[in-house]
Amino acid sequence: MDINKKYTPQSWPDHPETATMEGKNKFVGFWLLLAAESVTFASLFATYLALKDKGPSGMEFTAAELFELPLVFAMTMILLTSSLTSVYAMYHMKNHNFKSMQAWLMITVLLGASFLGLEIYEFYHYVHEGFGYTNSAFSSAFYTLVGTHGAHVLFGLGWFIALMVRNAKRGLNTYNAPKFFLVSLYWHFIDVVWVFIFTVVYLMGVIG
Amino acid sequence: MSSNAQKSGFGATVWDYITSVDHKKIAILYLMSGGLFFLIGGIEAMMIRIQLMKAGNDFLSAGTYNEVMTMHGTTMIFLAAMPLLLGFMNAIMPLQIGARDVAFPFLNSLGFWLFFFGGIFLNLSWFLGGAPDAGWTNYASLALASESHGIDFYALGLTISGFGTLISGINFLVTIINMRAPGMTYMRMPLFTWTTFVASALILLAFPPLTIAIFFMVFDRLFGSHFFDVAAGGNTIIWEHLFWIFGHPEVYILILPAFGIFSEIFAIFSRKRLFGYTALVFATILIGFYGFMVWAHHMFTVGLGPTANAIFALATMIIAVPTGVKIFNWLLTIWGGSVSFATPMLYAVGFIPSFVAGGVTGVMQAMAPLDYQLHDSYFIVAHFHYVIVGGVVLAIFAATHLYWPKMFGTMLSEKLGKVTFWLFFIGFHLTFFIQHFLGLMGMPRRVYTFGADQGWDLFNAISSAGAVFMALGVIIMLVNVVLTTVKNERVGNDPWGDGRTLEWAIPSPPPFYNFAQTPLVRGLDTYWIEKMEGNKEGMIYAEPLGDIHMPNNSFLPVVMSFGLFVASFGALYHPDDLPWTIPVIVLGLLITFGSMLLRSLKDDLGFHIHKEDLIKDREGVKTDGH
Amino acid sequence: MINGLKKWRLFTLMAALIFFLAGCGREEISTLIPAGGVAQDQFNLLLLSSAVMLFVIIVVTIVYVLAITKFRRSKLGDEMIPEQVEGSAKLEFLWTAIPIVLIIIIAIPTVYQTFDLADTRTMDVEAEDGSMTNLTVNVVAKLYWWEFEYPEQGIVTAQELVVPTDQRVYFNVVSADVKHSFWIPSIGGKIDANPENTNTFYLTFDQESSELEDGVFYGKCAELCGPSHALMDFKVKTMNAEDFEQWVTAMQEEPTSPSDELAQTGEQLFTEKTCIGCHATSGVGTTGGVGPNLATFGDRNRVAGILEHNEENLKAWIQDPQQFKPGNQMPDPSSYNNGEPLTEQELDALAAYLMSLSVEQ
Repeated sequence: MDINKKYTPQSWPDHPETATMEGKNKFVGFWLLLAAESVTFASLFATYLALKDKGPSGMEFTAAELFELPLVFAMTMILLTSSLTSVYAMYHMKNHNFKSMQAWLMITVLLGASFLGLEIYEFYHYVHEGFGYTNSAFSSAFYTLVGTHGAHVLFGLGWFIALMVRNAKRGLNTYNAPKFFLVSLYWHFIDVVWVFIFTVVYLMGVIG
Repeated sequence: MSSNAQKSGFGATVWDYITSVDHKKIAILYLMSGGLFFLIGGIEAMMIRIQLMKAGNDFLSAGTYNEVMTMHGTTMIFLAAMPLLLGFMNAIMPLQIGARDVAFPFLNSLGFWLFFFGGIFLNLSWFLGGAPDAGWTNYASLALASESHGIDFYALGLTISGFGTLISGINFLVTIINMRAPGMTYMRMPLFTWTTFVASALILLAFPPLTIAIFFMVFDRLFGSHFFDVAAGGNTIIWEHLFWIFGHPEVYILILPAFGIFSEIFAIFSRKRLFGYTALVFATILIGFYGFMVWAHHMFTVGLGPTANAIFALATMIIAVPTGVKIFNWLLTIWGGSVSFATPMLYAVGFIPSFVAGGVTGVMQAMAPLDYQLHDSYFIVAHFHYVIVGGVVLAIFAATHLYWPKMFGTMLSEKLGKVTFWLFFIGFHLTFFIQHFLGLMGMPRRVYTFGADQGWDLFNAISSAGAVFMALGVIIMLVNVVLTTVKNERVGNDPWGDGRTLEWAIPSPPPFYNFAQTPLVRGLDTYWIEKMEGNKEGMIYAEPLGDIHMPNNSFLPVVMSFGLFVASFGALYHPDDLPWTIPVIVLGLLITFGSMLLRSLKDDLGFHIHKEDLIKDREGVKTDGH
Repeated sequence: MINGLKKWRLFTLMAALIFFLAGCGREEISTLIPAGGVAQDQFNLLLLSSAVMLFVIIVVTIVYVLAITKFRRSKLGDEMIPEQVEGSAKLEFLWTAIPIVLIIIIAIPTVYQTFDLADTRTMDVEAEDGSMTNLTVNVVAKLYWWEFEYPEQGIVTAQELVVPTDQRVYFNVVSADVKHSFWIPSIGGKIDANPENTNTFYLTFDQESSELEDGVFYGKCAELCGPSHALMDFKVKTMNAEDFEQWVTAMQEEPTSPSDELAQTGEQLFTEKTCIGCHATSGVGTTGGVGPNLATFGDRNRVAGILEHNEENLKAWIQDPQQFKPGNQMPDPSSYNNGEPLTEQELDALAAYLMSLSVEQ
C-alpha cells in the first residue's frame, strides 16, 4: 500500500474500505467489536428493565411520570437523519468525491452534536426536577444506560472530527477510506441502539 | 532473541520487548507475567493450605484469609491461567495458520499491556490498605459492605485487564478469519487454532457482561449509584446473573485452548492423525455454544424456582455429551498409534483421568436437587480444581514443555520435566480428591477455620500435604527453566521429530517475519504430509520470494494502558473526599485518549524487509530488520 | 416392584458401606448420613449419579489403560509409522448415543426432585381448628448469627432451631444484611438467604437430636459473608411432636426471675449495662431484637454458636466478642461500661444469670 498514490474516480476501487489487507482486517474486527458492544448494551438494557421504577420506599419518580416524549421524539428524528447523512457521505466516499463526503460528514456531525445538546438539556432538566443519578436504583440504571449511549455519541463525534481534520488536506486513499467507513458503521450502530432506547426506555416507559 | 541481546545490550532488549508488536515477543511477555502471577497465586494457595492443615489454626486471621482466598482465585483465573493461554495462542496460532503476524499487531501489544497494568493494579491492593475479600465471584451484597479499598482494586483492575482480554479475543478472531495461508481452509486448521478461535468468540461475547457488572460495582461503591443497594431499590441478584453469564463461558475460555493443546500433543506423540477431527471441531463449537446457556447452574440455591432450575440442570447435562466425544476421540487417537511418553505426552495422559473425574462431578452438580447439598461446599472446590488444575494447568505445563523449543530454541530437560509431572500429578490428586469427601461431610467452602468437633481434621491434613508436592513440582520446573536457559543447547525446526503442523516446519525460534514465503497448505497436518512425501523443506510455497511488509514497534500501547492505570487511582480514592482525585482521573484519561488520538492521526505504515535480506537470512546471516 | 425396591435397598446399603469405609464424617453434620427426608432424597441422587459415573469411569479406564499399554513406542519400535485413521462414524454415533441415554437416566429423577423439593402447596393449609397443619419458621440470617421466628406460635429464638420430627417444616429464609445461605447438611440441602427476597423451602427431620453424640445437628452458613463466615454456625434440636408442644408452651410463658442471688445480680446488671436494649430474654421477644434472643440461653449447646457451653467461655465472649468472631456486631464492654472492661464479679453475675435462662426444665 502506498499512501502517496493518487486516485481518480476511475482508478478508485469499488470497495475502498476493504481494498487492502489492513482494511479487510479492520472491517471484520469492527463488526466483531460491534457484537461485543451489542452484548454490552443488552446487559445494560436487562439491568434497566430489572430496576425500572425501583427505588427506596416513597420514591416520587417513575418512568411514566418523568419522561416527556416530544423532546425525545425530536432527538430520535435528529439522530436518524444523521445516520442517513452519513450514508450519503459514504456514497460519495465510494465515488471518490472527497469534498461532498466532507460536507455530508459535517452535516452528520452537526446533527449528532445537536442530539447530544438536547440530551444534555434533558438530563439537566431531570436533575433540576430532583431526579439525580444517586436518587434511586431506577435513576442509576436510567442514567447509566442512556448516558453510556451518550458517551458513545460523544466518542463518535470526536472520531468524525479527528478524521475530517486530519485528512482535510490529503483527500481519500485506501489507507484512510477504511477509517471513514468504520466511523460511519459505528454511527449506524449508535443509531440502532438509540432506537432501542427510544422504544424500551421512553415509549414503554410512558405507556407503562 | 538472544543474538539480539548480545548485540545490543540488556536495556535495548528490554526496550525492544516493551515496544514490540511481534506476536512471538508478546507471547513471551504473556508467559513471563502470567508465570509471575501464577507463582503469586501459588503462594496464596499454599497459605490457604497451611491455614487449613489443622483445626483452629491461627496462621492467618479471618480477614486476611478472605483476602488471600479471594486473591488466589482472582489471580489464578484472570492473571495466570488466561494470560498463559493467551501467551501460547500468540506464540503458536499465527504459525499454525501460516501468517506473518496477527491481524492487529499494535492492538496485540495494547492487549498485553492492559492486562499487565490491570494485574499490577489489582496486586498493589496488598500494599495499599488491603486486598479484595469477597471471593473471586465478588457477590454484590458482601462486596458493597466491604470497607477497605480492596473491592475497588478488584473492580478497576479487572476492568483494565478485561479490556485487554477483549482486544486479544477480537484480534485472534480476525487473524483466523482473514490471515490463513492459501489452502488453510477452516476444516484444515489445527485443533489448537480451532479452540483459540472458539475461545476468542467466547471472550468477545462473555467479557462485556462482566465489564458492565464491574462498572455497576464501581459506580455503586465510588460514585453513589444504587444498582445493588437493596434499600434504594437495587438488586444484588443482577450481579450474580451478569457475573455468571461471564463466569461460565470463562471456564470454557480456559478449558477449550487446553483441549486444543492436548489434541496437538496426542497427535504428535502418537504419531497419528487426530481421530475424528471433524467430531472434535464440532464438539468444540457445541461446547462453546452451550457455554452461554447454562450460567444459572451456579445459582441453583438462589431461589430462581423449580422451572428455571430444571431447565438449567438439563442444559448443563447436555454439555457432557460433546465433552465425552472429545475424550473418546483422544483415546482412539492413541489407539493404534506409536506412543512416546515424552513429558508433554505424560501430561496429556495424566489429563484424561483427571479431567474425566472433574467432568463426572460436574454432571453430578448439574442435578439441581443434589447440588443443593454440594453447592458452596468443599465438593465444588474439589470439582473446579479438578477441571482447572487437572485440565488447564496440566495443559499449560504440557504446552510449556511442548512449545518451549519453538519459542526459545532450546529444549527443557526431559528428566526434570518428568519429575515435575509426577510430583505435581500426585500432589494434585492428594490435595483435591479428598476434598470431595470434605464437602460431603458438610464442610462449606471459603471458611478460614474449622472446629476440631466437625470431624474434618484428617482429610484437611492430607489435602495440605498434597499441596506441598504440587509446590515442589513447580519449584523443580523453575529450576528446569533456569538450567535450560543457561545451557542453551539449540534445536532444529522439529525438535520432537513428529511435528505435524506448520509451526514445526520453520526454525526454532522462527524469524520475526515467520515465513519468508507464505506456505501453500495441502491438507490437515500439512507439515506431516510434506514430510511423508519426502519434501525436505517441509512446505511448498504459495508465492515467490519477495519483499515483506512488517509493522513498526510502538511505545503507545504502554502509554495508553498506563493512562487507565493512573485514572484508576483517581477513581479509587474518589469517595475519600480527597481534592486530587478528579484531576487524576482526568489526567489519566487524557493520557489514554491523547495517545489514542496520536495513534489515529499519525500514519503508521510499517516497513519492508527486502528480498535480498531474506536471502541472506536464509543463508544464515542474521538480519534484524530494524 | 417390591423386588426392585429390595435390590435398591441392598444397593443403598452396599454403597453406604463403601462410604463408611472411606470416612463419612460426623452424623451431626454429614450429608452422607442423612437424618431427614430431603437429605435422604439427595443422598439417593448422589448414589444414583455415582453409580452412573462409575460406569463411565470404568469404560474410559479400560480403553485408556489398553491404549497406553498396547501402543507404546518402546514396544513397537522407533521406525513404525502408524496408519493415519480419519475416524469412524459408527464409533462417533456410539459415544454420542450412550452418554445421552445415561443423561436421560439421571435427568428424570433430577427434574422430578427439583419440582418435588420446591412444592410448598401444603404450607398455608389450615386444619379444622384454624391452626396451621404445618409448622413454619421464619429464618433471618444476620452477620454471624441466625434468628428463628415461629409466627403462628408468636415466639422467637436464636442460634438454636427447635423443630418437631416426622413432619414437614417450612422455612422462610431472608437476610438482614449481606447474603448468607442456610444449610443443615444432614437434614437437607441449602437455600440462600438473600437481602432482597424471601426464599421458601421445606425440610423434614426424621431423627431426634437427643440420640446424637452431641445432642444437636449442626447448621452452617454456606455463603461467604465476611471475616467470620466460618463461625456462623447454628444448632438444630429435633424432638417429637409432644416435646415440641411443651417447648413452645414454655417459650410462650413470661420468664420468672432467677432464685439464685448471684443470678439476680446478673439480671440487674443485664438491664443496667443496657444488654437488654439488644437482647430479649423472653421467648415472645418483647424487648430487644437487635441481637440474638437469649430466652433459651441456658439450654444451648454452644456459646455464640462455636464455643463450648460453659461459664468461662461465656465470660470471655462477653469481655471480648471480637476475639472469637471478628467483625461481629456485639459491642465491646468498654462501649457500654464507661470505657472500662467488666469486672470479674460483674461477669460472674451475668454468666450466672444467662445460664439460668432456660425453658427446658
